[in-house]
Amino acid sequence: MEFKDYYQVMGVARDATEAQIKHAYRRLARKYHPDVSKEKDAEARFKELGEAYEVLKSPEKRAAYDQLGQGPRPGENFKPPPDWGSGFEFSGAGPSGTAGGADYSDFFESLFGGAAGGARRGGRRGAPGSDADRGEDHHAKVLLDLDAALQGGSRQMTLRIPEIDAEGRLVSRDRTLNVQVPKGILPGQTIRLAGRGGAAPAGGKPGDLFIEVEFEPHPLYKIDGSDLYLDLPIAPWEAALGATVKTPTPSGIVELKIPPGSHAGSKLRLKSRGLPAAKPGDLYVVLTIALPAATDEKSKEAYRAMAAALPFNPRSRLGV
Amino acid sequence: MRTVVEGTLSGEIFEEHTVLSVDDLCRLCAVERAYIVELVDEGVLRATQGDARGWHFPGAALRRARIALRLQRDLELNLPGVALALELMEELERLRGELRVGGR
Repeated sequence: MEFKDYYQVMGVARDATEAQIKHAYRRLARKYHPDVSKEKDAEARFKELGEAYEVLKSPEKRAAYDQLGQGPRPGENFKPPPDWGSGFEFSGAGPSGTAGGADYSDFFESLFGGAAGGARRGGRRGAPGSDADRGEDHHAKVLLDLDAALQGGSRQMTLRIPEIDAEGRLVSRDRTLNVQVPKGILPGQTIRLAGRGGAAPAGGKPGDLFIEVEFEPHPLYKIDGSDLYLDLPIAPWEAALGATVKTPTPSGIVELKIPPGSHAGSKLRLKSRGLPAAKPGDLYVVLTIALPAATDEKSKEAYRAMAAALPFNPRSRLGV
Repeated sequence: MRTVVEGTLSGEIFEEHTVLSVDDLCRLCAVERAYIVELVDEGVLRATQGDARGWHFPGAALRRARIALRLQRDLELNLPGVALALELMEELERLRGELRVGGR
């Protein structure tokens, strides 16, 4: 088991005051809150932070933790000392769920025990009685490839589901599912799998499983709501003279007419060729101009001929 | 940690097929009605006209309500703070979208 330095996690000194600890928690919680943060490891950091705060904000737990002394360095193998916890009144109380759906590290649990059943979901405000006969809904988030939304199709997803085990402890369980992704689902939307959430209490119904979907970056298309954007390189003469060129779209290759006089950044809208949502999005083709390299005499000659034929100052707007 | 592999499951896009009542939202977020009313009063959720009994919300309200709950709980924000955070997060998301597609 890895020793965790909660002071380091919170970025406070070992003799930090309660106020300093609270202040550090608030600041870091805002930084790493998974709903707010775009940091890659935000969720893990937030969890770690919640755990550190859970210990350091409680004088009893903090004192007990401090008793471990500097102990092994963070990351080193750790075993609680045999006299651990004697004289402190925290076992059984269970963490109060600061970090929400708290899912503590083995290190934490070896010291303070798992989250007690009653601590689940700190934000609960007493559910209405009506769901006593219904299993808990589970919520998860997945990152899918865009093709899943474009074509639909089944994808294997591994979801980490927090659960209360038989002893009433909060544990997390990896659940691997094959899920048929509904065609046209948009980023931020949710797949509901009815009855696939928490187990049903006796005589009741199981909860639902909600899977929120986000997409990995796609090599060709950028996503904006239900619209897609594609950068399409064209040759200078195709831009100047107009042309019909092949362009990929999610529904296959099409012939696209480039109007004469197009320039880099021109946007061509292909209606309803975006994400196939209930109200289909559009595909915007954004033109970029690719210059042929002047590597041999023939291509150099062509550029020279163009320079001679065209009285063109690309910097005229700069006044030079 | 247990790992279970299950067969292929088909679901629906929640936001597209769902109109939520206040009771639905209460059940899905495990909160009391008064909390949902507060969210509406603060403008975090937009409901149809009329009194709370007859309110309806689009499916997307679930995600919003859950984010509001988490922000309130984890960051100890009050409701106006939550409303402001949500608005700023939306604006940020819109700007990020524009950046992603190269600005317009």
